[in-house]
Amino acid sequence: MITINHLYKSFNGHNVLEDISVVFEPGKTNLIIGQSGSGKTVLLKSIVGLHDIDSGEIWYEDKLFNKLDFTSKKEIRKEMGMLFQGSALFDSLTVEQNVIFPLEMFTDKTPEEKIDRVNFCLNRVNIKNANKLFPAELSGGMRKRVAIARAISLNPKYLFCDEPNSGLDPITAILIDALIKELTEEYSMTTIVNTHDMNSVMEIGEKIIFISEGVKCWEGNKNEILNSDCEKLNDFVFANSLAKKLRASK
Amino acid sequence: MIKFLTQIGRYFMLLGKVFSIPEKPSVYYKQTMREFVFLGLNSIGIITIISFFMGAVVTLQTAYNTENPIYPAYLIGLGCRDSMILEFSSTVAALILAGKVGSNISSEIGTMRVTEQIDALEIMGVNSASYLILPKIIATVIFNPFLTLISIIVGIFGGWMACVGLGVATSEDYIYGIQYAFIPYYITYSLIKTVFFAFIISSVSAFQGYYVVGGSLEVGRASTKAVVYSSVLILLFNVLLTQLLLS
Repeated sequence: MITINHLYKSFNGHNVLEDISVVFEPGKTNLIIGQSGSGKTVLLKSIVGLHDIDSGEIWYEDKLFNKLDFTSKKEIRKEMGMLFQGSALFDSLTVEQNVIFPLEMFTDKTPEEKIDRVNFCLNRVNIKNANKLFPAELSGGMRKRVAIARAISLNPKYLFCDEPNSGLDPITAILIDALIKELTEEYSMTTIVNTHDMNSVMEIGEKIIFISEGVKCWEGNKNEILNSDCEKLNDFVFANSLAKKLRASK
Repeated sequence: MIKFLTQIGRYFMLLGKVFSIPEKPSVYYKQTMREFVFLGLNSIGIITIISFFMGAVVTLQTAYNTENPIYPAYLIGLGCRDSMILEFSSTVAALILAGKVGSNISSEIGTMRVTEQIDALEIMGVNSASYLILPKIIATVIFNPFLTLISIIVGIFGGWMACVGLGVATSEDYIYGIQYAFIPYYITYSLIKTVFFAFIISSVSAFQGYYVVGGSLEVGRASTKAVVYSSVLILLFNVLLTQLLLS
């Protein structure tokens, strides 16, 4: 479980996040939604410690993450997996070397055990016969799946996904969403997904928070999102003309 | 001025992160071996070509400036030898490596920064600064002295080829010249300079790449800055080290 209390973050005096408080539960896909530039990525990067926050608390279970020293943070980070918007695979390494990297860095497994684990993770994300390929030789969807395989290679307790569907076609996007949801339930991970894709929201949104201009405006789930009283959320959810027509016909 | 001091401070803070205890020495060892190939072995070609022609040109210029019969012919070989050892194979080769290796390091790390690969390392709990930069520093500091030695040998050979090939002096005079009044300490001086220059090239270039913010345009700018700052620092340290080591 990850708990955020009264989180504030600013850049050069400009407030990007204001008074964000939320609880992200394990075994659920927790979504952070909002328009581009609303502060979703800053929030996610603050939660994982890539940005230092101005004030507030970030709790990983009973550990106050933002007050830990570098070494203690590293211990928690070994329990994190993250899928970046652009996949962030290491260009100079093959698919197999990318997935094996965390295992080589943090485990004492034998080479055979490591390869078994790599193959298991790649199979789990439906990547076959691509061990020796380089990231540049993969499609966007494959890169995302390899990045997920790398993220889960150490059996993380926490999975973070920043715009996992960006640049993907709707069918591949739904496959990636389904994979994230399956893995979350299978390993009881606390998963946080940043997205502005309404398909993702309706597919996997077990817990959703909506952020607008750095402020949390709404919290709920995919069943509640269509009946919200939050005007800003409704503007976001019913942004396209088809959705507007559907809303008017309700 | 404050910006300049801030940058100096960030540079030394980065070095502090770089020289921390590695998470897994075996992984760092593999990475260092890879850097020996990319930054060291792959530089032998350009160093060989440049040194050969530098040696040839220095020989010809020395020959044309010592045409007066008052100067003994062996001065041509001596001039080439000392020029290569004292200056060309350390300083000029370092300036060339600042262009080749420095821009390579800066653009590689800069691209990793803007494509979030460095963030991915940090999320895993890896000390990204140490993992990415320490092997490069080790590789260049250890390998560049070998490049300097290669440069000295090839440069003197290039001088001999020009000397004999173009008939500016006899082979015997040239070989006598390169043996005449040889001071072995000059080699030590050259290698000490090379170690400093290698550290400057790898650390300054890595610093420029590591803190890139933006996209491909900024990566390009960082590479340019890496080459310019490394070159200026090499020239500055050349003066300081020469004063310290030869005075």
